[in-house]
This record gives sequence, C-alpha cells and structure tokens, in this order.
Amino acid sequence: MDNMRSVGTLTRADLAETINRKMGFSRAESLSMVESILEKMCQALSDGENVKISGFGSFVLRDKTERIGRNPKTGVEVPITPRRVMTFRGSQKLKDRIAAGS
Amino acid sequence: MIRSELLQSLADDNPELRPEEIEQVVDIFFDEISTRLAEGGRVELRGFGAFSTRQRDGRTGRNPRTGASVEVPPKRVPYFKPGKEMRERLNTN
Repeated sequence: MDNMRSVGTLTRADLAETINRKMGFSRAESLSMVESILEKMCQALSDGENVKISGFGSFVLRDKTERIGRNPKTGVEVPITPRRVMTFRGSQKLKDRIAAGS
Repeated sequence: MIRSELLQSLADDNPELRPEEIEQVVDIFFDEISTRLAEGGRVELRGFGAFSTRQRDGRTGRNPRTGASVEVPPKRVPYFKPGKEMRERLNTN
C-alpha cells in the first residue's frame, strides 16, 4: 500500500519541535509541556486512575491475579506475582484514521 | 482522568499560559501521535511507552443481532506497549 511508506519514529523531541513551530513557545518550554502531559498521565495511572482522552483513546488499568508461569528454557514452574498492567484502547476516531492510513 | 481534567491540571501548573494555548498544545500532542500512526510510523515515549500499529487479517464475522455473516477486511489497528518505568510505577504503592 502506498500510504505504508516507511516513516521514522516520533519522539518527545519531535513533539516539542511541532509545539515550538506552531505555538511559538521556546524549545525548552515546548519540551517541558510534553514532559508535563506525560507526567500528568503517568501520575493518574500510578494513582490507580484510568486516563481517557476523547478523540484519541483510553489507558485502562487491569489487575492480574497470581498465576503459574514456566521458564520456557528450563521448564521450571515459577509463580507470576499479582500485578497491575495498563492497556490502551484507541478511540473510534483513531482506529478509523489508522485503518484509512491518513 | 479525562481530557478536561488534564487541561485543568496543566493550567494550574502554568498560570502564565492562556487556557486556549494549553488546549492547543494538548491537541498538537495527540494529533501528532495519531498522524504518525496513521502514516504507518511508530511513536516512542521513553518511560511512558511506545505506540505502533499492527496488521489484522481479514476474517468472516457475524452480526451478533441477526447472525448474518459479514466479511471483515484486513486492516491496521493501534497498539501500545507500556515502557519499563511505567510498568514499575503501576506496581509501587
């Protein structure tokens, strides 16, 4: 498919660069806004709150109970401790954009 | 936390910025990520996690209400893998 051209990986620096260009904030200020957004989301999640960004998607916490795993190399059974994990569910808008490739 | 709470929290920390500016910054942030994924690229935010897309094969699905079978075409879907630091933070406290 044409729209599957290879594009690079987007990073914090790229996000800051776009904020700098579109908003006229300094580079430092732009990077600090990127960090703040991520930190706010991290903080809410580590406080046990789901994060829902309309038009983008939801980060949902799930609590996993203990289960027995196996070391695939040695076959030895080891308990996998109960833990909290986060999953991402893209919004319909995001899913539509990705499916359409634009 | 929902989008409006994120905006409010950022506004509280950045009294020098107008609420509209904060909203524009947050929109740019999520739009840029969405656009890169739509273009088939990846987004890597160290510590938080990485967004990418995965190919789903087409399949024959069923309308759960009518039972009629429908062809679901192959498509790309969003995927997120939490970063190591994020996974650890979820499990401390």
